[in-house]
Amino acid sequence: MKTENQKGWFFVLPVLVLVAFNALIPMMTVVNYSVQETFGDNVFFWEGLGWFEQLLRSERFHASLGRQFLFTGIILLIQIPLGVVIALSMPRSGFWVPVCLVLMALPMLIPWNVVGAMWNIFTLPDIGLVGYFLNHTLGITYDMTQDPLAAWITIIVMDVWHWTSLVVLLAYAGLVSIPDAYYQAARIDGASSWSVFRFIQLPKMKRVLTIAILLRFMDSFNIYTEPFVLTGGGPGNSTTLLSIDLVKIALGQFDLGPAAAMSLIYFAITLLVSWLFYTLMTRNDAQ
Amino acid sequence: MAKITLQGLRHSYSKVPSGPADYALKQIDLDWRDGGAYALLGPSGCGKSTLLNIISGLLVPSEGKILFNDRDVTTVPPDQRNIAQVFQFPVIYDTMTVYDNLAFPLRNRGVPEDKVASRVKEIADMLEVTAVLTKRARGLSPDVKQKISMGRGLVRDDVNVVMFDEPLTMIDPHLKWKLRSKLKELHQRVRATMIYVTHDQTEALTFADQVVVMQDGEVVQIGTPVDLFERPQHTFVGHFIGSPGMNVLSCELREGAAYLGDHQVALEGPVTSGYGRFEIGVRPEFVKIAKQGLPAVIRKVSDIGRHNVVEAMVGNQRVAAVIDGPVPGQGDAVHLAFAPAYTRLYRDGWIATSPAKAA
Repeated sequence: MKTENQKGWFFVLPVLVLVAFNALIPMMTVVNYSVQETFGDNVFFWEGLGWFEQLLRSERFHASLGRQFLFTGIILLIQIPLGVVIALSMPRSGFWVPVCLVLMALPMLIPWNVVGAMWNIFTLPDIGLVGYFLNHTLGITYDMTQDPLAAWITIIVMDVWHWTSLVVLLAYAGLVSIPDAYYQAARIDGASSWSVFRFIQLPKMKRVLTIAILLRFMDSFNIYTEPFVLTGGGPGNSTTLLSIDLVKIALGQFDLGPAAAMSLIYFAITLLVSWLFYTLMTRNDAQ
Repeated sequence: MAKITLQGLRHSYSKVPSGPADYALKQIDLDWRDGGAYALLGPSGCGKSTLLNIISGLLVPSEGKILFNDRDVTTVPPDQRNIAQVFQFPVIYDTMTVYDNLAFPLRNRGVPEDKVASRVKEIADMLEVTAVLTKRARGLSPDVKQKISMGRGLVRDDVNVVMFDEPLTMIDPHLKWKLRSKLKELHQRVRATMIYVTHDQTEALTFADQVVVMQDGEVVQIGTPVDLFERPQHTFVGHFIGSPGMNVLSCELREGAAYLGDHQVALEGPVTSGYGRFEIGVRPEFVKIAKQGLPAVIRKVSDIGRHNVVEAMVGNQRVAAVIDGPVPGQGDAVHLAFAPAYTRLYRDGWIATSPAKAA
């Protein structure tokens, strides 16, 4: 016998209130800004969808969006395979397990701005350990403050250093949950180590890897602090990722309207890509 | 196909075993005939899975040798031993189709594709999974999955021995019976040596020609199901096999005769000489309520369908009896009679009577 009443809503209410205060209301203010123009003094004029139109046609936006996708693409291509390889080579039992886990977790415990500052000092051509070593000992010209390619390599290496551990830990969790019987059966079946990876380990890691890719996509797509501290978006605009550009418009130029419109588009892209990715991965699962 | 010989096998999981307690297997010497159906029966933790892993090559024993057809294979890795193993829960390759699953062991060994196709078809027919061959293995029910993992073992025609490590644990009760008879049928068709590890006596007794009963890393008795039931060599076997298990009653030995309190109990035959702790063992099936005999008080009567299990107290010891027909009520004072041919004396757990010579 099912009782029909509306009591259930009371149980949902706390979450609704919480979400309203931490997400919906702040976001609505952004929506509010995105359709208006102001010249200060808290006087606003209706702008409609003008900012959105202008932004979508702006070459500056296209360029930073392109850089953003390039950055995220590269770090996913490096971090996911690298993370899996490291997880595979970690011990499954014994004394070294906690040691490896702690070592892996260390980079993730460091605050973002510290990571940026660390790598900045680390790679400065004249005084940084790596910078000095490359330039003066190996004789390779490397200057991330002048050369866009060097700047890109530096932010990518930094992100790989900072976040590959996340992929490693997730992949490792997937690996250790595989019962021994699978490996034993594979040995008896005469499977090669590639077959073991392809038919046992990879399928069992698929779920955690989906999560890993999703998290790494969202985080890297929204990355701000580390590259900002490291390169400040330079040299020139070469490492001005979407979030850095957004802050420049919002706080540097104080163009609230265009910045708000940009945030919304930014948010929509992140949401869309995550959703697409998740749907594709899990649709495959259901078959 | 192969004869399997285990010689002086001992295994310890610790590197420096300090005493017998450190050994998962204490001392195993066994000969397994080619083409036989064997069961390894024992409670959890008795070392039967360890023994199985040693035979399959997943473990190398601390001491002793394993011979397949008189060839020493003690240190040979599993894939070169030509063995197959079916695990407690079904191990299948999720992303492959059922066909690819069955073909996997053959393809890994470089068998040509036309041979693979004919073998897979043959095995699939035998296991009745032909209808799902093109399906992905992931979505199948546990019993079909378990059939496929059996199939992966049977598909190779060079297997020396197929081992089953409690393969029906995850299967629904009503399918257990079906799979069990399937296994028996498979054994008759492929004639490979099969070893079935279980803690379930029904599974062991229905599957095997010879049952090896283990306890604490030692073999307690090897015999046909009838042997184990009628003449347990050790009180453990008597207790472990049968439902309810054998009655084990501590008794006194006076001048070669066993006494429960003041009553002499007739035994199957003469008692072998020696000292120790004496117990009488008799199965509930061979205890009857009689006009005279051991005085007892009925404690409990359970109707289990085809017959009743009566629990009576003889002094302060509990005796179970399987009774057909009319049963006494709770609290009744009765007399119990043990069938002498099935009543044995055990010394320190081991049988201490020899059967009476046929007159």
